[in-house]
Amino acid sequence: MMKPLVLLVDDEVPFVETMTKRLKKRDLVVNSAYSGQEALDILDKHRNTDVVILDVKMPGMDGIETLEKIKKSYPLTEVVMLTGHATVESAIEGMKKGAYDYLMKPCDIDQLMQKVEEATQKKLVHEDKIKEAKVKEAMSMHGLE
Amino acid sequence: MDQDKGTHNGYYYSLTRNMLLVIILVAIMPMIVVSSIILYQFDISYHEKVHAHLEELVLKHKHNIDGFLKQKLGDIRLLGKTFSYEELRDESFLRDRLELLQEIYGPVFVDLGVVNDRGIQVAYAGPFKLGKALYSNAKWFQMAMKSDHVKSDVFLGLRGIPHFIIAVRENYNGQPWILRATVDFVAFNNLVENIRIGETGFAFILNRRGEFQTKPLFDLIANKEPYTDFLKDSEKFQDGVRIIERDDDAGNKVIYVAALLKHGDWLLVYQQKASDAFSDLRRTLRVTIAIMLLAGICIVVIAFILSKRMVNRVASADQEKEMMNEQIVETGKLASVGELASGIAHEINNPVAIMVEEAGWIEDLLEEEEFRGGENLDEFKRALEQIRTQGRRCKEITHKLLSFARKTDSRIQDVQLNDLIEELIALSAQRAKFANVDINVNLQENPPILHVSQTELQQILLNLINNALDAMEKTGGTLNVSSELEGDYIVVEVEDDGPGIPEANIVRIFDPFFTTKPVGKGTGLGLSICYGIIKKMGGDIIVKSTMEVGTTFRVKIPISKDEQTEA
Repeated sequence: MMKPLVLLVDDEVPFVETMTKRLKKRDLVVNSAYSGQEALDILDKHRNTDVVILDVKMPGMDGIETLEKIKKSYPLTEVVMLTGHATVESAIEGMKKGAYDYLMKPCDIDQLMQKVEEATQKKLVHEDKIKEAKVKEAMSMHGLE
Repeated sequence: MDQDKGTHNGYYYSLTRNMLLVIILVAIMPMIVVSSIILYQFDISYHEKVHAHLEELVLKHKHNIDGFLKQKLGDIRLLGKTFSYEELRDESFLRDRLELLQEIYGPVFVDLGVVNDRGIQVAYAGPFKLGKALYSNAKWFQMAMKSDHVKSDVFLGLRGIPHFIIAVRENYNGQPWILRATVDFVAFNNLVENIRIGETGFAFILNRRGEFQTKPLFDLIANKEPYTDFLKDSEKFQDGVRIIERDDDAGNKVIYVAALLKHGDWLLVYQQKASDAFSDLRRTLRVTIAIMLLAGICIVVIAFILSKRMVNRVASADQEKEMMNEQIVETGKLASVGELASGIAHEINNPVAIMVEEAGWIEDLLEEEEFRGGENLDEFKRALEQIRTQGRRCKEITHKLLSFARKTDSRIQDVQLNDLIEELIALSAQRAKFANVDINVNLQENPPILHVSQTELQQILLNLINNALDAMEKTGGTLNVSSELEGDYIVVEVEDDGPGIPEANIVRIFDPFFTTKPVGKGTGLGLSICYGIIKKMGGDIIVKSTMEVGTTFRVKIPISKDEQTEA
């Protein structure tokens, strides 16, 4: 299995740095960004990103807004929200906007890993389905069926 | 504080007094003014009316009396002219005439007599034996010799009975003779005596010298001022009648009405005490004053009651306002503390997250080969585990703080209170068993469905139950949970028989971060969160506690209106 490509977004630099190291140690390929805009830029370069781990509360473009943009441009990329506050509302809002799941900070690394894997899995399934559909389409176009 | 109360009382006292005065003034002044004007006008017109009435009365009687005298004189004159001296000298003829007169006029004429120029009565008809009586010295005779006819004053005369004489002078063969008639005093007196009005009104006749010509009803001194005044300026009479009011000796006001009779020889006087004449007016006045007094008393009483009630209302409104202010301050305090708390929670959360991550990273690194077998490896792992545990604790605290400001799930749902309570009791049953606590549940049957957030309500009740269990943890005891319907509210009571809450702590138990639990055991946020939630629901939470007896928390949860009607 391919290593999932993860993008970690949070404005807290030490958090991102440490988390990146820990995730890398767990055999993930990790890119990091310190703001919503930077995250979008990196996504543009690495379109094959599987999962974005996104903090809700950030200065400037906040998590929800970033999530909307990501989902618009890269609908297949899954997003796991990290929320500082225990409000169900912000989590629900994130889920409605297309996030895969949410975790509360500080989060357990194992839990996070599990979510990332699930999300990656989901993305792969999606992609397979799309590929299959494309193949079918191509085949029907060429009259092979 | 006492001084404050004192000035408050003074304020309310002066407010009451001012209101009282204003109400009384506004109500009574117009009443007095209007009544006075009406009474004054009434008094004037009533006086005029009474005066006019009396004048009319006296004038009528004056005409009557004058008419009476004139008629009697006419009768005698007719008699004198019709019959000759010779005829009238015959006493039997004269008696016939007298009888005829008496037949026509009643017993007005007492007797008839014919007197010659020397004053000797030559013929007489009547009940007295006055034949040959000598009248030459009688005043009326002397007057009659001078003028055609005479109406004398009342006098006793020869017979010793009050009477007066009407006499006419005729000539026979150049010699004057006089036909004389006596008018019965009683008959004449009746004319005047019949004038009686009220209790003190009566009439009488005076002559020019102030002698009574009729018998007055009451004893009077004829020479008194008013009568002589009338007699003195007789020219002042208008239309023959004059009216004056004057105080008598006793100080009573008396009305005198006078008219001249007999061409000014006699004076007809009617007198009546003013109090009697105006008795109707007096009565009206008395009734009016009584009504006004009564109305005044009513006004004062009502004004008193009204102002008292008004001021009481103002006072209670003030008090309510004060309480409201206190509540607002309290709520504001809680709200600002909540905001502060949530801010702090946010700020702390990130560093804690980083710390936990760093610890996790160290843990990851410890997995590397080089550290394996290090002598302190286990100690490192234990320390890192501790950091993680404490990080989790921080997380719990911050999450509680956050939920203090923002509720975890505030969606309104239909909540079956009894089910919810029983669920909570079941949850707490295990803990209660360890704490040696018996739980009694006494719930209102079929309570109305509540429209509240289930999570929040759960949070409140679970908090209270947990607190109660904490309180009884060491001693054991009984926990009573009951619910009942009270008007628009459902009241849930959580009652323990633990050690109770000291007085000093009672006021602070709803403050955030106030806790009596040992450090690390409680955050001091539970009741504060309960307070915030229940206030937001529109309900209330009250605590009653007695040392060594126990503590009761009462939670009032509002029932929404439509549910109430259904229930």
